[in-house]
Amino acid sequence: MATKEYAFYPGCSSQPGASASNYLTSVNSMCKTLDIKLNEIPDWNCCGASIGYAEGGELPRHAMNARNLALAEKELAGQPVVATCAACWLSARETKERLDHDATLKSDANEALKEAGLQYNGTAEVKHMVEVLIEDFGYDALKKPVVKPLQGMKFAGYVGCQTNRPFGIQGESFENPVYLDKLVETMGGEAVSYDQKVTCCGGALAFSEPEKAQKQIKDIVESAYDHGAEMIVTPCPLCQANVEIYQGDVNKRYGTKFNIPVLYYSQLMTLAYGGSAKEAGLDGQLIKATQLEAFAAKK
Amino acid sequence: MSDLNAQAKEKYHNNFLKEVAANVEEGDWVKMCMQCGVCSGSCPFGPHWAHPPQEIFMMIRAGKREEVLTSDSMWMCTSCYNCIVRCPRKLPITHIMHGLANYAHRLGLAPKNQPTRQFAKLFWNNIVKTGRVNELKLSLGLYFKDGLASGIKTGMAMKNVGLGLMKAKRLNPMEILGGHGCKDIKGIQAMVKKAQEIEAKRKGFTAA
Repeated sequence: MATKEYAFYPGCSSQPGASASNYLTSVNSMCKTLDIKLNEIPDWNCCGASIGYAEGGELPRHAMNARNLALAEKELAGQPVVATCAACWLSARETKERLDHDATLKSDANEALKEAGLQYNGTAEVKHMVEVLIEDFGYDALKKPVVKPLQGMKFAGYVGCQTNRPFGIQGESFENPVYLDKLVETMGGEAVSYDQKVTCCGGALAFSEPEKAQKQIKDIVESAYDHGAEMIVTPCPLCQANVEIYQGDVNKRYGTKFNIPVLYYSQLMTLAYGGSAKEAGLDGQLIKATQLEAFAAKK
Repeated sequence: MSDLNAQAKEKYHNNFLKEVAANVEEGDWVKMCMQCGVCSGSCPFGPHWAHPPQEIFMMIRAGKREEVLTSDSMWMCTSCYNCIVRCPRKLPITHIMHGLANYAHRLGLAPKNQPTRQFAKLFWNNIVKTGRVNELKLSLGLYFKDGLASGIKTGMAMKNVGLGLMKAKRLNPMEILGGHGCKDIKGIQAMVKKAQEIEAKRKGFTAA
């Protein structure tokens, strides 16, 4: 199969030394195996995330996203934009939908973009990495490079919010999406069935309303444990961070003894494709995935 | 800010529904709500809303301008989009809540020390400084928002998390010196300024 190329929007959290840097490490390893070439959008900027609404308002937020899309159109013409972060993808795609369907908003955004010497035309498609995997490759093609199936390991596929709503993955239900479970199974692991698959982790409010957000995190982790999961896997950097980082706080608040590793789908894929612990970014786990480390060390 | 508020009140003659339709993101959808309550029941932070979305929509139609705009409620939105995908009338509820919060913030009516309002402001100012998030400065900014003493206390409480993240190379102490950023930050800042000007004109945020 020929190399597939994409205009890559890694997002702030994937940068070196940022909270999801190990996500990018594993995405790079996974893409190497699948012969995907990610061409970083030159000088991309922050998407404004969701929380940007309060101070950023509507048009400034869309302008930020339109700048990235305009850069991709200009510098990487013909390549679909792919984001690995749920918020980056959601924001970019929302901007595309709004601008493509609202002529006034589009011309306003372009007036602002002129200040940065750019123009948005709406020619580039916007995809999440998971869409690339499922739509451009498909489960069969993703299974082919598996050399070390994740046999006997039980994962709770935590889809969360923004990779699932409001756009979601085509053909999937909002209430019970199954693509993540299918990805886990494609890699030879077991996907447990549990009831908090699409529960909100609190998002940005984990910072501003920690008590309320930690109740959400508690529900998610508790249900994963109750249904026999040994690890949690997610496609979203903020879900990963919130659910992993605050387990200690949740334990203090609720007297629980949570200590469950939270991984990215790309880490599981890297390992199933025969990658090392380092290539999978396992050194980035706060709660060590010891089972996977041992698995990666095995020949 | 209060001038803007008086101006808006005057312009719409207490027809708050009309004001929302004209100035709030996706506000023209409010009239479509049929009061089923699915949004309120679907919200992860539902119990913490003084007035859940369904109630907010009815209050807008009843002209309860002050009660809505000074409410803490919209600031409970986690942007999970549950309400959007479940609404039988397809109202973009998440966006309307964001829009209402932003409108109240711009008019100076939103609750002063609302923590999400404060965090959102920190976040936006953080990203437009260099074009990209500086996670270290963002966290520190949040810890120290209520002064030095409480900042040190929160910082100490979060110490283990911070050290763990640094060890895992997911937090870089050197970011305090500037960190990641865009090359064309000048262009970005000019673009944002222009976008703010256009939006202010369209939404009545400029003094008459």
